[in-house]
Amino acid sequence: MLRWKRWRFAMLAILPTLAIFAWVRMYPIVETLRLSLHQWDILSKNKPFIGLQNFRELFQDQLFLEALINTSAIAFGVLFITIPTALVISALIYHRTRSRFAGFYETTVFIPHIVSLVPAAMAWKWIFDANLGPLNGLLQSVGLPAQPWLFDPVLSVIAIIILCSWQALGYAVLIYLVGFKNLPVSLFEAAKLDGAGGIARFWYISVPMLKPITLYVSVVTLISAFNVYAQAFVLASDSQGAPGRQVRVLVLDMLENAFRNYRIGYAAAEAVILLAIVLLLTLVQFGLLREKGRR
Amino acid sequence: MTQSTDIDPQDASTPDRYAPRTGPLGLSRRTRARLTDLAIDAFLFAFGLLMILPLVFLVSNAFKTPQEMVAWPPRIIPEDPTLENFRSVLGDTPLLLWIWNSFSFAVLSMIAIVATSAIAGYVLAKFPFRSLHLLFLVILATAIVPFEVYMIPLYFQAQALGILNSIWGLLLGYLVMSFGIFLIRQNVMHAIPDELLEAARIDGAGEMWIFVFIVLPLLRGALGALAVLAFFQAWTSFAWPIIVATTRDAYTIEVGLALFQTGFTVDLGRLSAASAAVLVPSVTLFVILRRNFVQGVASTGMKE
Repeated sequence: MLRWKRWRFAMLAILPTLAIFAWVRMYPIVETLRLSLHQWDILSKNKPFIGLQNFRELFQDQLFLEALINTSAIAFGVLFITIPTALVISALIYHRTRSRFAGFYETTVFIPHIVSLVPAAMAWKWIFDANLGPLNGLLQSVGLPAQPWLFDPVLSVIAIIILCSWQALGYAVLIYLVGFKNLPVSLFEAAKLDGAGGIARFWYISVPMLKPITLYVSVVTLISAFNVYAQAFVLASDSQGAPGRQVRVLVLDMLENAFRNYRIGYAAAEAVILLAIVLLLTLVQFGLLREKGRR
Repeated sequence: MTQSTDIDPQDASTPDRYAPRTGPLGLSRRTRARLTDLAIDAFLFAFGLLMILPLVFLVSNAFKTPQEMVAWPPRIIPEDPTLENFRSVLGDTPLLLWIWNSFSFAVLSMIAIVATSAIAGYVLAKFPFRSLHLLFLVILATAIVPFEVYMIPLYFQAQALGILNSIWGLLLGYLVMSFGIFLIRQNVMHAIPDELLEAARIDGAGEMWIFVFIVLPLLRGALGALAVLAFFQAWTSFAWPIIVATTRDAYTIEVGLALFQTGFTVDLGRLSAASAAVLVPSVTLFVILRRNFVQGVASTGMKE
């Protein structure tokens, strides 16, 4: 009787949340999967089932392949800059936890992560600006030629990597700091008694022991970088409105296919590929974690 | 639990086999440790300043005249500060309306997420029924699906409801947060003992009463962290607002700024002014709520 009463309360209490959840999460996810197997061009009434045709076409679509390559380059570029930097910075901040400025260090590193994307991207747009940007000014003052940062195909990808790394760093540092605080102090004490210096302790104790955290932060960083969109959108146009070089990324390509070319099924197939990448990264993370646990 | 950097007294009294008492420069170990710490402080200080320098310049550019804007090297404090950029932006764009749209969207989303997460997290933590466990696994599994993956079908749902170009359309994408449910569930499991709930039941308290008067007050910290997280998530959202809000009056501040900067007659001074007008309040809010926020974000790293 009591059990039944509690069951009734639990079901009634969770029902509204469950309904919303099913409506705005589960349904659209399933719908994305379903649409990816159909051809639907908004204007036409019928949506014929075409199997994997959308996917087959995607892998011959130059624009999509360009987007896939750019996005992967951005994601891994951000990863290779963010993780080592975050590890070193958080080790130093942790080492100086008792310093009066510890709060300042944490806050300044974290602020880029919370500021709105567009204003932050705007700041970097000025830095990268070909004519009046300080980056080119700096290059010229040391005798190097000015670079068309936002126009050159390679440089514009690098610009996005720099902007995204600047934003991703704060999150990685924060998670690493939690990790450092959970490391056993006794291990460091023992190493210190054995004469291990600060750098040796960092390299031979902290880095290996933080491996699960590194794995987690890497996957989160990669996943969020694979969804890059606003940064590419803002950096793409020059300060004077002259169109810069649009760096084609996956989300941009997907939205263009959906809302400019009206090819919903095709865009859904792109979304499914994005999902597959995310799932793959997550599986790799779990796989590596388990492997580590077995040893 | 800080890592000791000084030498403790007993260490100093026993001869140390490995580390010499004096370093290569003839300095004692204590002095060397001090100098190292000082160098680290200097480095971290410089690094921190470098991290916020782009934003500092953005704010400073907002007060610069067009002539000063192109000056090299760029100055942090404008020589001849002007409010012209702000005046001109406010005249050209409904900036305040965009900020209002973003703000009300973020507040509504925050309320919805806190409410749904609180009740679902509690039920999933304390009511051991198999159907609920299954539901929890589904929620956990959808947590890793990025919003960008399913926003196109969601757009057509908003269209069918006739709520495109409105706060409600924006809200549709941000009503629940899988991670929020997970966060509250973990907190309930750790912070609220079963005995407490049983005692209340024996005293004849109803389930709803227990939730409102016992569970919610104990979850204040976690709910605060989640609220801040949810607010900033909606406030900084971009991809969803840009497809849902397509009329000038419905833009959020992010979308408004992003589209405003593609205009042909827009100069950096006015762009910086508009950006600074958004940036300064949100950074201030963040500095005030830093502890809540850090707690919320740090707990994202705790999911196993």
